[in-house]
Amino acid sequence: MSPTAEMVTFFILGVPLVLFAAGVVVAKNPVYAAMSLVAAFFCLAGIYVLLVAHLIAFMQILVYAGAVMVLFLFVIMLISLGDEHLVEERYRAMQLVGVLGAVGLTAVLAWAILDVAGVARHPIEPDFGTVKAVGAVLFRKYLLPFEATSLLLLAAIVGAVVVAKERI
Amino acid sequence: MSLAPLHLYLLLAAVLFAIGLVGVLMKRNALIVMMCVELMLNAANLTFLAFAREQASLDGQAIAFFVIAVAAAEAAVGLAIVLAVFRTRGAVNVDEVRALRE
Repeated sequence: MSPTAEMVTFFILGVPLVLFAAGVVVAKNPVYAAMSLVAAFFCLAGIYVLLVAHLIAFMQILVYAGAVMVLFLFVIMLISLGDEHLVEERYRAMQLVGVLGAVGLTAVLAWAILDVAGVARHPIEPDFGTVKAVGAVLFRKYLLPFEATSLLLLAAIVGAVVVAKERI
Repeated sequence: MSLAPLHLYLLLAAVLFAIGLVGVLMKRNALIVMMCVELMLNAANLTFLAFAREQASLDGQAIAFFVIAVAAAEAAVGLAIVLAVFRTRGAVNVDEVRALRE
């Protein structure tokens, strides 16, 4: 992909991504926030494809936009808050300080990022980011972390059932 | 100074992280706070992938894979806790949940 085409695609996906992400924070109703987050995850998956991370983009949609968000929606509907139960947002001084801190953090991060000298990109191999290439790295170099992840997921499943169940 | 693609990706990740941070600090609904944590995790993932592309190294993509797995575990346990708190307190407002026992 030519650099110009990459930049155009970046902005086509990046601008909605930021807007949807802001929608998560702005929305009062948790369902709207969840839907906005799903849209943001889809835009982000597109940006991952732009970064030649096809497997990760696919997993982003499968795991995040699929499984995790369904879990969120299930909990929102299990709790089923009516309008009278919607959490009242009170904007207090501490929250203003929090926003100012976050803006300051962004400024510092942007300053640090722009301080990095842009170097020429390393050329990538044709199979970069495919299931085969990433799988080979995962099962050779990162075999132990991979197995530890399966243990972590098992512990999380058991933990979630134990915590959420009323009586065991 | 011209903006390289890497700068744009990193700036986008920084903006996403800041939006998530604002949500975590400002919102009182525990569910939305968790969604904003997911946003912050995704911003970290975007940084990993941007550097992986820049260095033509698959290590960043492997780490992003682990981040997604850990985020899924975090969402499952976190939502279970939100559900348990709602059952015992009838509240999802993080301000109302400030004591271990009452």
